[in-house]
Amino acid sequence: MRNAGVAMGQVEKQRRKPWPAELNALIGLIAIMLIFEIVGWSLVGQSFLLNKLRLSIMITQVAVVGILAVGVTQVIISGGIDLSGGSIIGASAMIAMSFAQIGTYPRAIFAAQGLVDLPIIVPILVGLLVALMCGLINGALIAYVKLPPFIATLGMMVSARGVALWFTKGQPISFPTNAFMSIGDGLTPVWIFIGIAVLFSLILKYTLYGKHTYAIGSNQAAARMSGINVERHLMLVYVIASLLAGLAGIVLIARSQTAQPVFGTMNELDAIAMTVIGGVSLSGGRGSILGTALGMLIFGVIFSGFIFLSVDAYYQNMVKGAIIVGAVALDQWRQKRQARDA
Amino acid sequence: MIMSDIILKTESLTKHYGGVQALEGVDFELRAGEHVAIMGDNGAGKSTFVRQITGVEQRTRGRILFNGKEVNFKGPLEAREAGIETVFQNLALADDLDVPSNLFLGREKILLNLGPFSILDFKGMRAATDAALKRTAVKIPNLGNTIRNMSGGQRQCVAIARTATFASKLIIMDEPTAALGVQETLQVENIIRQLKANGEPLVLISHNMRQVFDLVDRIIVFRRGRMVANLKKSETSGEDVVSYITGAKTGPEFAGAA
Repeated sequence: MRNAGVAMGQVEKQRRKPWPAELNALIGLIAIMLIFEIVGWSLVGQSFLLNKLRLSIMITQVAVVGILAVGVTQVIISGGIDLSGGSIIGASAMIAMSFAQIGTYPRAIFAAQGLVDLPIIVPILVGLLVALMCGLINGALIAYVKLPPFIATLGMMVSARGVALWFTKGQPISFPTNAFMSIGDGLTPVWIFIGIAVLFSLILKYTLYGKHTYAIGSNQAAARMSGINVERHLMLVYVIASLLAGLAGIVLIARSQTAQPVFGTMNELDAIAMTVIGGVSLSGGRGSILGTALGMLIFGVIFSGFIFLSVDAYYQNMVKGAIIVGAVALDQWRQKRQARDA
Repeated sequence: MIMSDIILKTESLTKHYGGVQALEGVDFELRAGEHVAIMGDNGAGKSTFVRQITGVEQRTRGRILFNGKEVNFKGPLEAREAGIETVFQNLALADDLDVPSNLFLGREKILLNLGPFSILDFKGMRAATDAALKRTAVKIPNLGNTIRNMSGGQRQCVAIARTATFASKLIIMDEPTAALGVQETLQVENIIRQLKANGEPLVLISHNMRQVFDLVDRIIVFRRGRMVANLKKSETSGEDVVSYITGAKTGPEFAGAA
């Protein structure tokens, strides 16, 4: 009977289940779309949403950064940060493109070696290999040298950009094979993003990898005490993030049909902003790929809406900055409120 | 009594931090199914003693025998694998995970083995969690809630249920109710009674005299790194224990320790 009494006291004390952050992002997305729709009818005289071409352009534009953001999401859930994604896009884009060129272009990078008209698997593997190297260095510095993730990936951000610029002394690389360009055809980048997002959503939810990623982000000391090999796991987290950045780079050059050393610049910040808008906590342990996908759509809708309303590109960057700061402020406020409730 | 009855035995267990003698020549025994309390003032060596047994720190001298075999745990994980489960003062839980995930953290049940991407057996872990909570008489209304959304008492109950889930051979609790309210303390004490009924041996570190007299069979008193009393509960009283703690008395068999 004594047990029953204690249990009842517990029920009263039970906190109500918190409002999921993904729902906030969804409501935000719908609200922003409706605002543009209303402003569209009243200022431009046409619908913002009921325009297939606009929507498909919007979604293919954000899909590339979305692939990067999936990798960044799991890094942030593990309690870290990855600033190197944009530069890894640049480095793998340049080097992958040099293995994707057509033979009829006399100034192809590896024309002399006969490395032209290669099957598309070659540039893909080369791009991923470049990313893998970056990921291994990031992971080793963070997991084993114990550098703060911010510093380790900041170094990689600078160095990988250096690689991208050094590779052709700053020159762009163009003329990929038709087969390679097909990766960027139409909505293919979007399907690649959806495939990656669904895959990692399932991995984070249903596998050991996901459980341990949340556990490490939540309480690294507890994870270690529980027998999780934290070092090996973090290594894997950063390698996967870099591989996804490499994949984003490959999709980007296939879509652009050219590779430029500046490709991916600032994309790491867009990706971080998408995750944070989607409710992933910068202090780790909380968030989901679904949230990041919603954050990505919010990003896409805002910029597509600005173009729709012919807002100057300079204003776009100002707003982007405000969104990033606003999203982090929102995250802090959420945490403070939760800490107060708990 | 026969030797195999002894779960844990230390022989002249000693720990020095530089020149500080935190623990000096402790001979300790714990028998099967026995609940023993370790009491003593702050800095008496209680937690130091636990840290040597659980492999959190390496002892300076002495032997530790667990289930009759000498052990040298390199870290807390090895001690856990051997069957010594510890509930530390600072809870080792992942706040953002739910109850089954915390119970099985680091030893998850697997449905399909794919290395690091192995698929988890949520149903199995949920069922085992239900069983473990029943065994320890812990009631938590919604197992799917994250630890963050639970009260201090519920958190502590999860931490304790976790130790009891894995059919451990010895449970050590370092002040499990120090940060809890009255009702939450009662709940933790109920769990400890349940462990006693299940015949699971326990070492309890506590400052709470009432709690100790309520729960354990035997009381060990530490003072300035030495064991100064080994008292059967039935043969002692609160005042008696206090006089050992403060140094007014020293057990005859520990005369050299004073």
